[in-house]
Amino acid sequence: MSDSLSQIAKEISSWAIPVIILAIVAIGALRRVKVYESFVDGAKEGFTVAVKIIPYLVAILVAIAVFRASGAMEWMIAALAPALEPLGVPPEVLPMALIRPLSGSGALGVMSEGLKTYGPDSLIGNMLSTMMGSTETTFYVLAVYFGSVAIRRTRHALPAALMGDLAGLTMAIFICNVVFG
Amino acid sequence: MMNWIWLGLLAVGIVTAAFTGRMEEITKAAFDAAKTAVELCIGLIGIMALWLGLMKIAEAGGLVQALARLMRPVMRRLFPDVPADHPAMGSMLSNIAANLLGLGNSATALGLKAMQDLQSLNPKKETATNAMVIFMAINTTAITIIPATVIGLRAAAGSAQPTSIIGTTLISCTTAMIVAVTTAKLLGRMRRFREVRDE
Repeated sequence: MSDSLSQIAKEISSWAIPVIILAIVAIGALRRVKVYESFVDGAKEGFTVAVKIIPYLVAILVAIAVFRASGAMEWMIAALAPALEPLGVPPEVLPMALIRPLSGSGALGVMSEGLKTYGPDSLIGNMLSTMMGSTETTFYVLAVYFGSVAIRRTRHALPAALMGDLAGLTMAIFICNVVFG
Repeated sequence: MMNWIWLGLLAVGIVTAAFTGRMEEITKAAFDAAKTAVELCIGLIGIMALWLGLMKIAEAGGLVQALARLMRPVMRRLFPDVPADHPAMGSMLSNIAANLLGLGNSATALGLKAMQDLQSLNPKKETATNAMVIFMAINTTAITIIPATVIGLRAAAGSAQPTSIIGTTLISCTTAMIVAVTTAKLLGRMRRFREVRDE
């Protein structure tokens, strides 16, 4: 059952893009759009958009890298662990909670490491997997999206996103305790 | 806010490294991260061009508008400042759909197209609009129906039930999105975050 489900997931991802591309091009052609010319016209902006993001992404990724490499996170984890454990937050998942909004590749690393150490079907393994999918890499997403239109004043975007992260991670821990605990 | 977080990450990082004796590590980490950032952006160029091209066809063929019309009641409530027939509605919906399907980079490319469309409605080009903040709240907590990467890694780690986390993940990321969007809506009304505020 679970095997066929992951098979379906794989099939969907491999079919989705070709089917979407065919639909766009075919419907365009039926409606008498000059498909090739339109495509090239739209595509020419790809370079500018991607290059515009560079300064924003350098700024945030460097700050996050310095923070992570300094060992400050280990200190924060040591300080937070005793306070959160009675609330049902296992100390083993704290690194994931702190790194998830900061770094996508970092979070994937923490997850794979944890799956190996505690087993993928253990409470910790299930919790780490759920936390991984419970939210996005907030800082990366904000830098890329706002960077692409050169917006520097992001107003309440970061607080709102971080509240979402906190809620998602908390719910992940809670629901895993209920379902897998 | 971004100023303080950025300063905080750097200052805390460098001061901590002074105590833990990791000055060399953070130097290397900083240079590596700068390089990674550029590589990520360069990697985006191709897929950006591909989707911007396809979206041009989809707009000319009326596909994006049809999608926008379908979801109009929801979108108008979420984005009251965006005219219901504006192209931004269609491009935001394509991004959300791509996220739901778990199409990673393609979702990003479509999302950046949506940001450009939203920017065309922005009177102050360096300051985010309410609509952008709501759109970011949706994107920083992106819901995926089937978290394929996580399932793949679980299977690789020898899990007997790699897909067991689909339900718990869906509940968690839906919670995250509802809280993020609600917070964005509420904070948007606060004086401190007003749209027309000069800093």
